[in-house]
Amino acid sequence: MPFYRSHVLICGGTGCTSNNSDAVAEKFKEELKKHGLEEEIQIVRTGCFGLCELGPVVIVYPEGVFYNKIKPEYVPDLVEEHLLKGRIVKKYVYGETIEEGGKFLPLEETKFFKNQLRIALRNCGVINPEDIEEYIAMDGYKALGKVLTEMTPQDVIDIVKKSGLRGRGGAGFPTGLKWQFTHDAKGTQKYVVCNADEGDPGAFMDRSILEGDPHSVIEAMAIAAYAVGANYGYIYVRAEYPMAVKRLTIAIGQARQYGLLGKNIFGSGFDFDVEIRLGAGAFVCGEETALMNSVMGLRGEPRPRPPFPANSGVWDSPTLLNNVETYANIPPIILNGPEWFSSIGTEKSKGTKVFALGGKINNTGLVEIPMGTTLREIIYDIGGGIPNGKEFKAVQTGGPSGGCITRENLDTPIDYDSLINIGTIMGSGGMIVMDEDNCMVDIAKFFLEFTVDESCGKCPPCRIGMKRMLEILNKITSGNGEEEDIERLEELGNFIKSAALCGLGQTAPNPVLSTLKYFRDEYEAHIKDKKCPAGVCQALIQYYVDSEKCHGCARPLCVKNCPTGAISGVPKSPYSINQEICTKCGACMESCPFNAIYKK
Amino acid sequence: MTALLEDVKEKDKYKRLHDVIDAYKDKPGALIPVMNEAQEIFGYLPFEVQKEISEGLNVPLTKVYGIATFYSRFTLHPAGKYRIGVCLGTACYVKGSSLILDKIKEKLGIDVNETTPDGKFSIDSTRCLGCCGLAPVMMINNDVYGKLSPDDVDKILEKYK
Repeated sequence: MPFYRSHVLICGGTGCTSNNSDAVAEKFKEELKKHGLEEEIQIVRTGCFGLCELGPVVIVYPEGVFYNKIKPEYVPDLVEEHLLKGRIVKKYVYGETIEEGGKFLPLEETKFFKNQLRIALRNCGVINPEDIEEYIAMDGYKALGKVLTEMTPQDVIDIVKKSGLRGRGGAGFPTGLKWQFTHDAKGTQKYVVCNADEGDPGAFMDRSILEGDPHSVIEAMAIAAYAVGANYGYIYVRAEYPMAVKRLTIAIGQARQYGLLGKNIFGSGFDFDVEIRLGAGAFVCGEETALMNSVMGLRGEPRPRPPFPANSGVWDSPTLLNNVETYANIPPIILNGPEWFSSIGTEKSKGTKVFALGGKINNTGLVEIPMGTTLREIIYDIGGGIPNGKEFKAVQTGGPSGGCITRENLDTPIDYDSLINIGTIMGSGGMIVMDEDNCMVDIAKFFLEFTVDESCGKCPPCRIGMKRMLEILNKITSGNGEEEDIERLEELGNFIKSAALCGLGQTAPNPVLSTLKYFRDEYEAHIKDKKCPAGVCQALIQYYVDSEKCHGCARPLCVKNCPTGAISGVPKSPYSINQEICTKCGACMESCPFNAIYKK
Repeated sequence: MTALLEDVKEKDKYKRLHDVIDAYKDKPGALIPVMNEAQEIFGYLPFEVQKEISEGLNVPLTKVYGIATFYSRFTLHPAGKYRIGVCLGTACYVKGSSLILDKIKEKLGIDVNETTPDGKFSIDSTRCLGCCGLAPVMMINNDVYGKLSPDDVDKILEKYK
């Protein structure tokens, strides 16, 4: 094996790839060759590193220097200065890693990383996901070896039970119990399934694990299969994630080649293989019974439970279904023991959770934190706060099934139960931060549009009820709301929650109910005063010219850009907008060089 | 000559479709994988293709049509040469992606899921492309454009005209 004096880690996750990290990697190769360094320095294309905001990300080891926002044209400089002459190129280094006085902070000690604990993401951004040997070097497949050669299926289940791991897909069902049920179910043929149909808009942790560490999921599925008595598995992954599918396919091929999938694994007599099934774009397929229908090539419609998948799932056989992140936790639990895992987190929620931080926050990206961390720490320490000095308003968790967390609850420790107590859910881990410019009625409407669109149509509460709720919201945001509408929303919402068939419908009213609970005044402003306090709902805002700021241009851009001719006036005195003709397109506001146009 | 060339191309597509059907024929739950591949080959799922799949896999045509209309990834109409996907995931939405979408609709004079009369552009609204760090994001075929403002739209579309 060749020895390299330096490693250049270049993120190949979706965020950085979209930001052209492939060209950066190519340029590195070219430059290293030019200087004859290709034998001394290795380039590693890793999975997502987490700090997507700063992409493309390049990390140089052994120093651990974190370069951010690297463009191909910076590369010659970097190679010559850093890799050839050994001088760190400060201007490309992430500011947080430079202390006063110019000392470098190891990456692990920056605010973004210090408060994180990476278990599920342990290999993401560290290894090359397309090389099984790198995974093996990080203790990969060691847990599978231990399980197959030293433990009985019941031993494995006991460890998972004792660890306190709960399902990371959102509902938080104890994983060990699920394994026990499937293990105890009668049937000669059993299956394990991985739910990688990450449909929650704004959540992308499963994608990052599949792209950055696909073997951890395959290894965990094999362990699960051994524990419950299955010998075949399906990974149900969204077709919208082409890179995840590609890396999984490579990983499965390599695992077969190494004898880690297939017949008689580790000479133990245990057979196991997996197959990828592509989802075709249906949010409801994240629901377990719908997902299984889809695996079987049917429309992804849910069915009533019982029977639960543990007794009757894919092809009517006992089936174990876990989420990607849940699986990724399994190998470390086996290797480090259940006590280690259960020492992390809170009383009822053990371990860590990965969150996708997005929206109005400085450090957008993926973070993994111990359960019990407060939201304040996540947003202000790890996330770096709200950009442009704006005011924090709320965080939305749990996507279309979840609710909002407001300033009052910023110090709530994050775990399954405390989030339910404040009216939202953990969900799959999307965390969207909103500031004063976001209208909460509009956000609720956004989620409802999503669920109405994604409702499979099987049960009437969801199919008809959600549509009616959306109509009421449209009425409110277009300025036609009546006072009784708030009650109607609440009544209908609670009814749908109790009557819908599956998890999608049962949780779909949550965004409305939660914003009604915390931001009732915004709904009332829309209904009674016909005003949108955040200035988002088009029908309720008007544009005005600030006569103090208006320069009275001789060739006014606002007049030129107004599509309806609503702006009039004479040069050298302030212009004015005729509200009767104004279509509220906002073109004037965008074009005014003096910011003299505002909306209210 | 071009008509002949088109014909050869079309025949080749059907040959590829039949290869896919043969490969999956005896596997349980083959319908969706076959339809995914068929869409890759043809770009959409016209009635004739659905019929071939139905006959090839021996499943009722109603079932094929049911699945084609259930899943949002399947489309019954040909897409434009340049497929514009504006992300309407939550992170992009709170950063104003609906304004970007409005601007594109206005510019091209078509709605979501429609194609311009010259067959050049079509618009999809996409749920989360998974690069929330770049929000708001849009994709034109495989090119990603991030951190957009409505003003950027003109310049970007110009590149494809």
